[in-house]
Amino acid sequence: MKRLLLLSTALALATGAAAQDRIAITGGKVITNAGAPIEGGTVLLNDGVVVGVQAGTSVPAGYTQVDATGKWVTPGVIAGISQIGSAEVAGDESANDQSARNAAGSAALMLDVALNPGETSIPVSRQEGVTAAIVGPSPGRTLFAGQGYVLSLAEGQTNALKPRAFQYVSYGERGAALAGGSRPSAWNELTNALEEAKRVQNGLAFPMRDQHMDLRVTRDDAEALTLVLRSAQPLLVRVDRASDIRQVLKLPSMYPGLRLVLVSANEGWMVADEIARAGVPVITLGMQNRPENFEELGATMSNVGRLVAAGVKVALGTPDLDASFQPRNLPHYAGNMVAQARLPGGVGLTWDQAFASISRAPAEIFGLSGHGVLRQGAQGDVVIWSGDPLELSTQAERVFIRGVPQTLESRQTKLARRYLPGRERGDLPEAYRR
Amino acid sequence: MRIVGIGLLAALLAGCATTGGGKTAASQPAAPALPGGSPDAESAVSSTYRPWPGVPTVIANVTIYDGKGGRIDNGAVRFEAGRVVAIGQSVDTGGATVIDGRGKWVTPGIIDIHSHLGNYPSPGVPAHSNGNEATSPARPEVWSIHSVWPQDPGFSRALAGGVTVLHVLPGSANLFGGRGSTLKNVYGRTAQDMLMPAAPWSLKMACGENPKRVYGSKGQMPQTRMGNVAYMRQTWANARDYQARLKASKGPMKRDLQMETLAGVLDGKILVQNHCYRADEMANIIQLSHEFGYKVAAFHHAVEAYKIADLLKAEGICGALWADWWGFKLESYDGIEENLPFLHAAGGCAITHSDDADGIQRLNQETAKALADGRKWGLQIRDEEAWTWIAINPAKALGIADKVGSLEPGKQADVVLWNGNPLSVYSRPEKVWIDGALLYDTDDPKRRPVSDFELGQPGEGDRK
Repeated sequence: MKRLLLLSTALALATGAAAQDRIAITGGKVITNAGAPIEGGTVLLNDGVVVGVQAGTSVPAGYTQVDATGKWVTPGVIAGISQIGSAEVAGDESANDQSARNAAGSAALMLDVALNPGETSIPVSRQEGVTAAIVGPSPGRTLFAGQGYVLSLAEGQTNALKPRAFQYVSYGERGAALAGGSRPSAWNELTNALEEAKRVQNGLAFPMRDQHMDLRVTRDDAEALTLVLRSAQPLLVRVDRASDIRQVLKLPSMYPGLRLVLVSANEGWMVADEIARAGVPVITLGMQNRPENFEELGATMSNVGRLVAAGVKVALGTPDLDASFQPRNLPHYAGNMVAQARLPGGVGLTWDQAFASISRAPAEIFGLSGHGVLRQGAQGDVVIWSGDPLELSTQAERVFIRGVPQTLESRQTKLARRYLPGRERGDLPEAYRR
Repeated sequence: MRIVGIGLLAALLAGCATTGGGKTAASQPAAPALPGGSPDAESAVSSTYRPWPGVPTVIANVTIYDGKGGRIDNGAVRFEAGRVVAIGQSVDTGGATVIDGRGKWVTPGIIDIHSHLGNYPSPGVPAHSNGNEATSPARPEVWSIHSVWPQDPGFSRALAGGVTVLHVLPGSANLFGGRGSTLKNVYGRTAQDMLMPAAPWSLKMACGENPKRVYGSKGQMPQTRMGNVAYMRQTWANARDYQARLKASKGPMKRDLQMETLAGVLDGKILVQNHCYRADEMANIIQLSHEFGYKVAAFHHAVEAYKIADLLKAEGICGALWADWWGFKLESYDGIEENLPFLHAAGGCAITHSDDADGIQRLNQETAKALADGRKWGLQIRDEEAWTWIAINPAKALGIADKVGSLEPGKQADVVLWNGNPLSVYSRPEKVWIDGALLYDTDDPKRRPVSDFELGQPGEGDRK
């Protein structure tokens, strides 16, 4: 891969998120995610954090006023799971670091190594109000995909907010295929690797020269999985079928330090009480309502509503690199959860729950303190929207990350500007217009 | 489109299909035989679709988008015997079931010009993969209707999204993918039960990455974009030759199913639906179509339509587009959210298409997103104008605008009543009529179809 060149270009572009003035965003409908909305309120940003959220529009001395009258002001959108920064062009292997079919390692792979701050999906997502993203790998050689990262979409960001934030594994049909062809083989591979990690954790040498040694797991992989066993990373398990979810829910009792998070869980509603009792959160697209595979015959857009009603914490994300479901549209998926609640027989979310599922909930699942809420001391990731952020006609008008105003330009806006309708043939070709 | 790891190649391929057309109902006179005594390919498949019964219905006090760009506030529409009979500020309510549409919207049924439902049904297992006859770059002899599984659960999801007509296309592995078929979105026991009577067939063609990858990777032609074009040109040259021989032939000729489809295009009876992403490639195809004397009805996907909106307008070629699919493969890298509104604003024929079993459920939402993105740049496009992208425009590109695509007296009563502004994320179809028959009612579980496949499965009849 020609990473070096791309990275140096990216660094050159990553100019100046310079220190900003103190900013007072006034007059908007403020969604705090930590209490009732404040109509006509003010959000004060200083030194990267929220230093005040209050009713009224008085501006303290030394603050630059940003008028948000008639607008909505919210914490930035956090994509519960996505591929931002790790796959410039999904269909081109050279520009996609999501998975490694031929790699020796699996659980040990660290996706943040591939993080490309110059990737165009970062500004493209940011211009629609996404300020942070959970980014996970896809499985390649084994059902263990490796370690994912948490990304701030701030301009000039060169490192992940949290580089090795979780371990990602595919169970169910995909895991079965990767582990040799069946669910028993997937379960065996999954637990065998965790057992090897336990040996490493217990100080046993690796590789061990006894007949119990299992070379299906490399030393690096086993070491990486000790992070899961000692609660240093949550284990995200991609799983859909109700019976598979039940099986996976056994893991926390088998490995007491293991913090389980379910991904996708399209039949989660069928075992919602069990998921809730286990205190296991779910990250899912929310929009799947077809039996796209045999493991999700019960898929419905009421899944999220039913899980939340059962007491499960749910974040919305885009688990697959998929053109039809993109992280920048997560607010619309949240809006669809609200619509689902309004249909006879449908179960969905309230508006507040829906917005939390793309902000506060993912922040809580990944321990991103101060993210996803607007209150004193919170992270200064704030979006000013032209209206209801879940509505299709709404635009993100201003985006602040750590209190710094962000450009809403991208390669895509530049293309649009170049080819705006109504232009005349000029004296030079389009390639000269920018 | 799913782009997931090992499924990537298949997923990318599924995203491009050929069109096929519906055949006139058996009761209608057969199309004239081809010259030279060759059997009429058009009679190979006959529609057995029959509208279901309905009652005279009036929806009153409702906001209407008529599908051809018009709007009536607090208006009314009446349909009976399968046809729209009146639309206006008020209509005769005599003998009709009257529905109060206060706070609601009425539109014509949504038409999706690019679907693979039935050809790539749910569940998407290999046994169900029936959209690409990827055994030769030219397979104009295959017909998508013969791959349609009428029990695809996806049809019911599309119906709940207000889709009443869909065009099922073969995939894009081939330069010539085969014939596409226009279906009424009504479950039948057979695909022919769903086939829209008197809708033209289409020919699905594809340029760009997919054909050259599929065959190039086997060491076959085409391996390049110039190979794509050369192969197409030779095939069209063969079709011209066939057509000339057919006309000169005194007696019956040996049938050539490939050439029958291509001759149908050259005769103007079969419409070309051409998968093509990039502006430069669309221009190549336009010149090629001039060389051989046929017309492209629509470029599908066409993520760079905005770059050549003037050319598409001048040629009278529609752009069947996603709202915002972008960057998933290199030829989609220049995709912008403004493609639909930019093409529309340039005077072109813009169509919102799905190419996707999920996207087809929310073509209203896709249209709304794109509309908002156009307005961001100051384009003045009214809501009811944008609705043409999923109504009369796809109807025109499918050759069925005389039958569906707008609410006008005499047209088929494909009607959707929305529980709110259909361009809002919070709105859903409340009732859907096809040919005047109430086939979806959000308030009545008995008016929500459940395909054979879903019977006895988890979530049978659930609110999806």
